[in-house]
Amino acid sequence: MTTRMTMTQKILAAHAGLPSVKAGDLIEAKLDMVLGNDITSPVAIDVFDKAGFTRVFDKEKIALVLDHYTPCKDIKSAQLCKTVREFAKRFDIKHCYDVGTVGIEHALLPEKGIVGPGDCIIGADSHTCTYGALGAFSTGVGSTDMAAGMAMGENWFKVPSAIKVTLKGRLQPYVSGKDVILHLIGMIGVDGALYKSLEFTGEGVSELSMDDRFTIANMAIEAGAKNGIFPVDEKTREYIKDRFTREPKIYEADPDAEYDSEVVINLSELKPTVSMPHLPSNTRTVDEVKGLPINQVIIGSCTNGRISDMRAAAEVLKGRKVAADVKCIVIPATQEVYLQCVKEGLAEIFIEAGCAVSTPTCGPCLGGHMGIMAEGERAVATTNRNFVGRMGHVKSEVILASPAVAAASAVAGSVASPEDL
Amino acid sequence: MITGKVIKYGDNIDTDVIIPARYLNAPSPEELAKHCMEDIDIDFVNKVKPGDIMVGGANFGCGSSREHAPVAIQASGISCVIAASFARIFYRNAINIGFPILECPEAVAKIQNGDKVSVDFKTGVITDETTGESFRAAAFPEFITRIIDEGGLLKYLKERQAAKEDRR
Repeated sequence: MTTRMTMTQKILAAHAGLPSVKAGDLIEAKLDMVLGNDITSPVAIDVFDKAGFTRVFDKEKIALVLDHYTPCKDIKSAQLCKTVREFAKRFDIKHCYDVGTVGIEHALLPEKGIVGPGDCIIGADSHTCTYGALGAFSTGVGSTDMAAGMAMGENWFKVPSAIKVTLKGRLQPYVSGKDVILHLIGMIGVDGALYKSLEFTGEGVSELSMDDRFTIANMAIEAGAKNGIFPVDEKTREYIKDRFTREPKIYEADPDAEYDSEVVINLSELKPTVSMPHLPSNTRTVDEVKGLPINQVIIGSCTNGRISDMRAAAEVLKGRKVAADVKCIVIPATQEVYLQCVKEGLAEIFIEAGCAVSTPTCGPCLGGHMGIMAEGERAVATTNRNFVGRMGHVKSEVILASPAVAAASAVAGSVASPEDL
Repeated sequence: MITGKVIKYGDNIDTDVIIPARYLNAPSPEELAKHCMEDIDIDFVNKVKPGDIMVGGANFGCGSSREHAPVAIQASGISCVIAASFARIFYRNAINIGFPILECPEAVAKIQNGDKVSVDFKTGVITDETTGESFRAAAFPEFITRIIDEGGLLKYLKERQAAKEDRR
């Protein structure tokens, strides 16, 4: 008998101890990792304590990452971090990352091998869907769900249906995973995958680097998706080889799995793409909007702060200068990426070009700190959201773009692709 | 059964406008409520009255996972949110903290800002008292009703854990 399950459904069935599940089923699934950050964990800890829980389910399966307002921007933020630190000490939590070792959670956890193929992961951060790049089921939840996960090691899920996203062809120069996901969100809208999985498949997948896959899975939430997921291949195995110490579990969608719909994207045809204010679905090709003046560029975030993103930006910035009226802030997502930038000479390229280079933080992406905009200012950012007021004043604007486009725009002083320089 | 005046917004009301990140380090629901909706409706905190009903379009609560969003709306005095559809993390968060939300595109299409509306949570019937029209929202699955009845996810889980230990 055939089960006809998607990849996501297979992982959920396995973690619920069921032979099969179908879309719409309400299940309780065991968790391999429960994540929180300095904004969401304090709320979860409060809920955990008030409910009277005195034990965590597994001190090795909880990750606390102090990345959003750190290094602490003010006293209130310092209090939040202190709360998390004390909780981590109280329960001897294995994976607690603080200033000095911390990186942006969704770059850090894969890099440290804390998450891997076949895992079932929840995180109190919407971009937890990033780990789908590794062939895991991973989804964002709120603080109460995180508290439940820490206490019980399981949580309830409604089994999602899926949209099949078939990728073919290969990316052209200066076109990246960011352009793929912005293009897709432009096609299906910010609620185009609401409550569903985005399952990426097709010959084009093997052409994408792991960093491209992380960027694509990261922004699945921006189409409303519950999760985004990639099949496990040689590139995945190579990535996890010296990082992931647990036994990877590899799941594949059944050949006759049911999908709500299918979207086909020919990677060869994609052009550098941006999302204009104030929705990620408001996409244009760079050509359509080039020349629009900007005041700020942010290169970093859980979407685009990995080493290949730094290399793509450095390639454009090498030997060039950031335009006089532009502030360009480069934020490597983790300490490992930062150190690699120093070793490879990328940090020097950034500084010579006139960029500020910051220690890892989510900072400006969510309008926290390290690059907040005034009224009327406009940024090109490699981040993931361009909602009203996201990066500062309610009358400031964010244009989402790839690292190559962001770097080119920093040099041009206006929206530009590297080929325009 | 609750009755309140409607404060209506459009599609894709994101969690960044419900409660901007610059206030996420605020220590209490009351503090969060002071800044609820301010980036799209600076007047919200002045006009909202206890029991008022928030109505939104499609994809309400999209964006970040911040539970501070339903917490801020609830603490502002809003008694429930009716939307054409909800972003899934917001949906979970609202249920998990025991804050009532109803999905009903038909009601959202007809109800106007300022209308007096009553909601019967048991039946899912939404009545626009101003126009006399009634609508029926989709009922929650039984499992979710149990979570809400227990007063939120953690209380539900704690009860269940206690029941398990009693059986041992």
